[in-house]
Amino acid sequence: MAAVCVSGSSREPIAGVSAIGGAVALGEAPVGFTGRISAVRAHEGAGNIPAAELERRLIELGFVEGARVEILHQGLFGRDPIAVRVNDATIALRRRDAAAILVAPGLPPPAE
Amino acid sequence: MTDAALPARIALVGNPNCGKTALFNALTGSRQKVANYPGVTVERKAATAITPGGIAVQLLDLPGTYSLRARSPDEVITRDIVLGRFAGELPPQFLVCVADATNLRLALRFVLELKRVGQPMILALNMFDIARHRGIDIDLDQLSADLGVPVVPSVAVRRGGTNDLLARIDALIAGQVPPVPIGSGTWTEPSAAELRVAQREADRILAAAVRAPGRRDPTTWRIDRVLLHPVLGLVLLLAILFLMFQAVFSWAQLPMDLIKSGFSALAALADATLPAGWVASFVRDGVIAGLGSVIVFLPQILILFLFILLLEDCGYMARAAFLMDRIMGGAGLHGRAFIPLLSSFACAIPGIMATRVIDSRRDRLATILVAPLMTCSARIPVYTLIISAFVPARTVWGGFNLQGLVMFGLYTAGIAAALGVSWLLRRLLWRREPTDPFMLELPDYKRPRVPNVALGLWQRAKIFLRRAGTIIFSMMVVIWFLCSVPRPPEGAAADKPAIEYSFAARIGHAVEPLLRPVGFNWQIDVALIPGMAAREVAVASLGTVYSIQGTGTDSDQLGRTIAAQWSLATALSLLAWYVFAPQCASTLGIVKRETNSWGWMLFLFGYMLILAYGAAFVTYNTAVALGAG
Repeated sequence: MAAVCVSGSSREPIAGVSAIGGAVALGEAPVGFTGRISAVRAHEGAGNIPAAELERRLIELGFVEGARVEILHQGLFGRDPIAVRVNDATIALRRRDAAAILVAPGLPPPAE
Repeated sequence: MTDAALPARIALVGNPNCGKTALFNALTGSRQKVANYPGVTVERKAATAITPGGIAVQLLDLPGTYSLRARSPDEVITRDIVLGRFAGELPPQFLVCVADATNLRLALRFVLELKRVGQPMILALNMFDIARHRGIDIDLDQLSADLGVPVVPSVAVRRGGTNDLLARIDALIAGQVPPVPIGSGTWTEPSAAELRVAQREADRILAAAVRAPGRRDPTTWRIDRVLLHPVLGLVLLLAILFLMFQAVFSWAQLPMDLIKSGFSALAALADATLPAGWVASFVRDGVIAGLGSVIVFLPQILILFLFILLLEDCGYMARAAFLMDRIMGGAGLHGRAFIPLLSSFACAIPGIMATRVIDSRRDRLATILVAPLMTCSARIPVYTLIISAFVPARTVWGGFNLQGLVMFGLYTAGIAAALGVSWLLRRLLWRREPTDPFMLELPDYKRPRVPNVALGLWQRAKIFLRRAGTIIFSMMVVIWFLCSVPRPPEGAAADKPAIEYSFAARIGHAVEPLLRPVGFNWQIDVALIPGMAAREVAVASLGTVYSIQGTGTDSDQLGRTIAAQWSLATALSLLAWYVFAPQCASTLGIVKRETNSWGWMLFLFGYMLILAYGAAFVTYNTAVALGAG
């Protein structure tokens, strides 16, 4: 019954390509990526909802500057959505919305 | 404004998945009253409990939220009750904020926000045993001092696990804490900057009071590596759903047969004891048949909800939404719509009830509106009758059974229509409204708790029987009335069935000109009316109008009769009609109840009727043009 949805933006670059001052957008990072959030900045028109609202929702789920993040899982189609470890919680979100989260890479994954 | 005679009102608030409902169950047991808040379909769960100090308290379980910045209808309820703005509901005298002790970060920010409401509050650290087991060390005094609210540990799933909380509630009431006048709080909707500051403050408090080994739950990680694997995860999801689907069909069969034979026995008893006539007909065909046709759904509904509650309780439901989000999103549906739509293959009623797992009202509405398009089991008898009468049992294209292919085609048409309609709804009706971003927490896996699941199941059964039963049942009575009144006059021709004298027959004749363009004769039109009660009843009604005895056991004879009387075009047209037509009073009743709106129910009825008429019209005329008329 699956209506396989063809992603319009399935050409996402591999992590690090769109780096801004050493930071990458969380929405473009691959599974296994670890880092620390350097900024949460939604751009108007980038998501479905107003940028300020998207920003608040992300913060309410713990995406604030300084938080540790790690991408744990991703979906099959368009590698979307992603499951992100944010400090001690796991949050699922779409890559499109995660694009508002800028992260500085390079943090060893927490010891198992 | 507080009356000493009234029990103290306490509201439970907290993040989703914090175990708040389990704690509520532990505090109140089975004394809960589940109803809806006036005007909305959000469930209101309230119960009275007696504290160890002998004080009666009224507990209210509010929908889970991360913030008082309400977005969904559930969250609006939480906000309005906490702020004392909810009309018809007395404001709570104090709050118990429930937090998952293993996952405090977001909860602490919410506590800081709740403090600004100005109500007295207790913070209950739930699942305290699991936190300790994982080596998370929480300094309760430090936490309490930093937050400025009393903090107590609680374990909802263990006897005595709520003693500390109850003692603290007693102390708070006995302490004669003067109730804070409503409106004295300073809560305003926080901006992004304020939220940031609050989260940083929460992080600082967390760092000072909690020492965690910084590991994720190894069990959850191991399970998720399999269950959230991009390919394997989808395969396993399908396997779980297949099992669920099988269970709904096969496990429910025996109890459904028992219920059916029970009601047949009741009908026979009514026949034997009541004098033939009005009363007997009403009791047998109206009351007993009407109740039976509702209660027969109960086993399917309970099995379905057993699966849903188990998957919800253990934490898998959020994962299913994660796996299906992209696939459902293509049709404008939310990831969580998948389970309700799949359930609708069994019956739209449990499917529509299962849409309660969808938070956003609009996503839920879209799912409710397309669920009846999924081919439910009640259509199968009608499909089978017509296909076996008209479609030759031939093998085509090397090994495919033609009858099976037609059946498959009808299922596919239903699925395609559901996806198409939801896509159109999104484009036409809700074009201006932004689609809700898909963001949800994937909680750690937990073992489902039998008391929680049993209580949930019991509440579903009660809701179904009491609320839906009244609406569905009254529609059944109306249909009985139309099909049996007026009765045949004295000395009427014995070979003419009684239904031909009824209002139903008059309506059938009256709508015949309308339905002639789609190839239906008046006999079909008459059968469509009792078919409103439940789709499969149409088969028995066709038997009645064609004066066939013993249709229940010998549908071959009915098949031969209609094969002789209808053209192929008429048969195909009726099939096309049945894919789309809103032919089920029970479904309409449940849509009315779940959307709390006559408007949406009529919209559903209208759009499905238009689709059915259009599909039948195109099918009939194409078939006639191809020489099948």
